[in-house]
Amino acid sequence: MLGSGILQGLAVTAKNFLGSYHDPARYTTVEYPEVKQQLPEAFRNFPFLVTENATDPMGTLRCVACQICEKECPPQCIFIEKSKDKKPDANGKLQIYPVVFAIDTSVCMSCQICVEVCPFDAIKMDQVYEIATTDRFDALLLNREQLAKPNEYFHQIHPTEAAEVDARLAADRKAAEEKAKAAAAAKAALPAKPAPAPVAKPAVVPPPTAPQSPGPAA
Amino acid sequence: MIATLPPAESWLERFPLLVRDWITGHLPESLGWLAVSLLAIVVILAAFGLLFAYLTLAERKILGRIQNRPGPNRTGWFGLLQPFADGIKAVTKEDVVPREADAVLHFLAPVLLVAMSLLGLAVIPFGRHLLAANLEAGVLYFFAAGAATELAVFMAGWASHNKYSLLAAMRALAQLISYELPLLLSVVPVVMLAGSLSTTHIVDAQGGWTFGWIPHWHVLTPWGFAGFVMFMIAALAESNRSPFDLPEAESELIAGHLTEYSGFKYALFFMAEYFGMCGLSAMAVTLFLGGWQAPCAFLEFIPSYVWFTAKLLTLLLGFIWIRATLPRLRMDQLTRLAWKFLVPLTLLNLANAAFWSLSAGWSGPMHWVRWAIALTVVVGPFLLLGRALTAGVAPRTYRYA
Repeated sequence: MLGSGILQGLAVTAKNFLGSYHDPARYTTVEYPEVKQQLPEAFRNFPFLVTENATDPMGTLRCVACQICEKECPPQCIFIEKSKDKKPDANGKLQIYPVVFAIDTSVCMSCQICVEVCPFDAIKMDQVYEIATTDRFDALLLNREQLAKPNEYFHQIHPTEAAEVDARLAADRKAAEEKAKAAAAAKAALPAKPAPAPVAKPAVVPPPTAPQSPGPAA
Repeated sequence: MIATLPPAESWLERFPLLVRDWITGHLPESLGWLAVSLLAIVVILAAFGLLFAYLTLAERKILGRIQNRPGPNRTGWFGLLQPFADGIKAVTKEDVVPREADAVLHFLAPVLLVAMSLLGLAVIPFGRHLLAANLEAGVLYFFAAGAATELAVFMAGWASHNKYSLLAAMRALAQLISYELPLLLSVVPVVMLAGSLSTTHIVDAQGGWTFGWIPHWHVLTPWGFAGFVMFMIAALAESNRSPFDLPEAESELIAGHLTEYSGFKYALFFMAEYFGMCGLSAMAVTLFLGGWQAPCAFLEFIPSYVWFTAKLLTLLLGFIWIRATLPRLRMDQLTRLAWKFLVPLTLLNLANAAFWSLSAGWSGPMHWVRWAIALTVVVGPFLLLGRALTAGVAPRTYRYA
């Protein structure tokens, strides 16, 4: 019958109108600034630097300023300046550290290549998206203080990847310790002079295990 | 106390009159008549201005809800200040007049449009005692003023010196010629049965109830129902509302006749569209839905203007609902619907109303015969004509690659 399609259409819109008051499936809008959507775990946007200890972010950066990411970055948005001296990292081992580590977020395209090439798991992808600023030059150039975020934050945003990274780092450390122990035992078996390495080793063991206890469990 | 008085004289019913008399009482006798007229104009402007403001908000809210979103809710409590924010925005915007435009006509078009859309409201009886101008030929006056709005649309399109505006103006004229006829033809039966062109008489003719709860509204008769539906279809086209918003057609003509208008002139066009919609809805209420009459006898204690407002708002919500549902027609579909479908049906409806008028004396079993004949004359041609017109066209089948 002529007009029946119109009546059906009116019924559809009426159902949608009434349904929007009680049926969440018919009212899908999230009112953004007040309510934020749960981001999917795979969501990534802009890199950040991982620190082991939130209380001393600059002292416990995993980054050793090897500059691989700087060279690999396709849009060339990373700028690193190496330190002249060495400082003990979170494991107590003396390392070169980045005096300047800056990412120009106006240039960064979130391609994740810096993350893929980093041999130290020191740079990871973040989940930030509220990055509007009132200054398009300096405010978009993030320095290492702004980039550094603790490992616990990494666990919050990407739990699977963070657990996998922590497990791998712990395994590597354990393997290194056992290797050092074996080497020390081999050296002790030989009538050799006491090497300086074993002196440094005991200091290595306690710090990493303390902050990383949640990691390997997951 | 209210129950003992006749409903026409109750305190609530006379309240607007009391206020009017109180205000005019402060003025000298010689200025009284002027004050009464001015007061009516001011009240209509204020009431419909406010109705316009909140109708835009209601429309955006309802369209939003239908499209799974909340609609404007940032300005004020539940977005209730949104119309005023929009108004401030429209007033403070730059008013651009194209260099090639006819400056006088370009300025006059929105003014004329708003003025013409407001004129029709003068003859609407908003309540038992609320009528700005009681004209003998009120219905005629209303449609004459309504037809002039299309002239203003053509003026806007011509004066803008813009191809989109001019195309929209042509469309507006084609639409006017097509739909003025069914609009008027669907009103003629009402005038015929009421025996008067005066809106007060037409409302009075619909007074009273059968058994105390079936009102004698025209919409509850076969010819009245058909006339009401066709009147509303033609009214949609007359007020340039979706699905007949061809003159505006954003997807084809940028904004049609509004392309070269900005700032407050644009707001005036918007206002005129809503005034026109309100005017035609108010006319539909007056002609078919019993005007200010209460639907049941025992509900008469509620003042007449409340009933009128309720009916008016229902029709306006219907306009919004239809806008949210139907896509825009093509130009040929628009004229085809008018000439091949609505005009024949309104003419038949005229004959049906004549039969209804002549058979008014039938009683007993003949009463049922009267209803059967009248219903057949409404439903039969609708089905036959609908089938003939949609043969080979509908229902459409879609193939997806």
